[in-house]
Amino acid sequence: MHILAFLIRRAAQAMVVMFVISIIGFSIQDNLGDPLRELVGQSVSEAEREALRDELGLNDPFLVQYARFLGNAVQGDLGTSYFFKRPAIEVILDKFPATFELVLGAVFIFVSVSIPAGIYCAIHRDSWLSRIIMTGSIVGISIPVFLTAIFMVWLFGVELGWLPAFGRGDTVTLPWGWDTGFLTWDGISHLILPSITLSSIMLPLFIRLIRAEMLEAMGTDYVRFARAKGLSTWRVRYVHAFRNTLLPVVTVGGLMIGTLIAYTILTETVFQWPGMGFLFLEAVNRVDTPLIIAYIIVVGLIFVVVNTIVDFIYTLINPMVKLPGAKG
Amino acid sequence: MAMLEVQDLHVAFPRGKRDEVEALRGVNLQLEKGERLGVVGESGAGKSMLAFAILNLIAAPGRVSQGRVMFHGQDLLKLSDRKIRGIRGNRISMIFQDPMVTLNPVLTIGTQMIETLKAHRRISDRDARKLCIERLKQVAIPSAESRMDAYPHELSGGLRQRVVIAIALLTDPELIIADEPTTALDVTIQAEIMSLILKLCRENDVALILITHDLGVVAEVTERIMIMYAGLCVEEGPTKQIITAPRHPYTSGLLKALPQNAGRGQRLYQIPGSMPPITALPRGCAYHPRCEFADNGCRTRIPPLQGGVACFNPLKGASS
Repeated sequence: MHILAFLIRRAAQAMVVMFVISIIGFSIQDNLGDPLRELVGQSVSEAEREALRDELGLNDPFLVQYARFLGNAVQGDLGTSYFFKRPAIEVILDKFPATFELVLGAVFIFVSVSIPAGIYCAIHRDSWLSRIIMTGSIVGISIPVFLTAIFMVWLFGVELGWLPAFGRGDTVTLPWGWDTGFLTWDGISHLILPSITLSSIMLPLFIRLIRAEMLEAMGTDYVRFARAKGLSTWRVRYVHAFRNTLLPVVTVGGLMIGTLIAYTILTETVFQWPGMGFLFLEAVNRVDTPLIIAYIIVVGLIFVVVNTIVDFIYTLINPMVKLPGAKG
Repeated sequence: MAMLEVQDLHVAFPRGKRDEVEALRGVNLQLEKGERLGVVGESGAGKSMLAFAILNLIAAPGRVSQGRVMFHGQDLLKLSDRKIRGIRGNRISMIFQDPMVTLNPVLTIGTQMIETLKAHRRISDRDARKLCIERLKQVAIPSAESRMDAYPHELSGGLRQRVVIAIALLTDPELIIADEPTTALDVTIQAEIMSLILKLCRENDVALILITHDLGVVAEVTERIMIMYAGLCVEEGPTKQIITAPRHPYTSGLLKALPQNAGRGQRLYQIPGSMPPITALPRGCAYHPRCEFADNGCRTRIPPLQGGVACFNPLKGASS
């Protein structure tokens, strides 16, 4: 029941957030240039253009246009892409699996590297390996992602030729229409470079965060008490210290997922990854306004859903936070 | 042979790249089975260092630089990690100062109790749980069963310290080291907790090392007292003798400073000055800058602990 109350509350909050996002998303459309230029050729006369504008409703007042947009949006219609001549939401959802799998790959690399590395650096703080990791993480923080990406394309894709540097490779379509690259070796090998690039954005920061939190936890009284109780080193480190480092890590991690989605635009562009970010950049170049707005709204929705999940996980691992509606 | 015998214990911390400073400068201590010893001193005298050093729990970068801790004839400082873990929390338990931070905030009381049992005994979850509930009842925690699933933040400070005491008693230890167990509690709770510790030690024939800065508490609970100053023991003896006839000027000063020893309407006594930090100890007796009886000998040589007192000019005890 508490979970239900929590979800209802969060859904109400999400609606407010989505409403604001829709206003912002919609109001940028006037500032993106003239969609007519892309829609029609050079030979179309100014009178015909004007008629087309009327037909598309581009001459109506902002509020009228927005109300029409919102009315359609709540019915799942985010407009029709000028370029693809298909519903914008469909175009975007076609590309969603690619982006989702890229983010998943990045999160996988990122979790399986940052947690062991952070813990290692906290426990063996003076060893040469942790010095290398810590120095490397400073360098990592300072290098912009497009540089990492281009460097990796050059090294692994061009010079060494070990891994493919663009596209998604072979995909398998699952019964519910989801294209996955996880099931073929070709698909996985295409995923490696983009995932590493995407995860490299947060990796150094997280290694440092986990190290700092772990160091702090190792110095607390409850860890000392756990040792005084005669518990094994493993239990002291992982059950007592590490569980407490998870709290701030999940908080920051949740916020960072947003950043990750934002950076897919860059990563997908460099690696020609056929995902939502790449699509978005193309849409911007083509002044495909409905597609741009639809992208903003879909990403906003992903944000809201992810943050709700993170909040929920947080209540599971932190006994001091209760879901609203729970007693105590 | 005494149950516990600490011999010439030194604890050092690095200062700069090569240098070290000593927080304990050669402490000796003996404890018989079931005996209760009070270790008294100001903050920074090295009382807690002593407690942690006995279980070889000094946190890096500190280290035990010299000395032995003989427990039933074996040196705890020389044991392997695995063997010393078998002693910690099993045969020698600790009670920490602040119950608000001693228990892990993300684990239930039950988890933190059962893991202690499981670390030292082959015992089923069900039996462990039963024993834990029994111990919680012993320390007078109301509705013990439901507390097993509670998190520390759901309990008051007094209750949490009771839980810590219950954990300390879980494995029927021979010795409990209590590091200022009541300092962080409300005054009204302090007496309750202290009498609980005393009662449980007596009932189970557990030896106690009670570390505190409160001479009043020590007087009620312990049989012997050890007074520490700047990393050294300055006076040691039966509680009654030390309370009634202190011989070291520092002990006498501490006793005079107790409010109950001042007359009504009188100004409370204060020992002039403060304890020097371990990084800037004076030559000779560390207490001499604050001592009214100090002479040239005190300023150049450290007085050895002889006949229970480390002073060149001790006060006249009751016997002399």
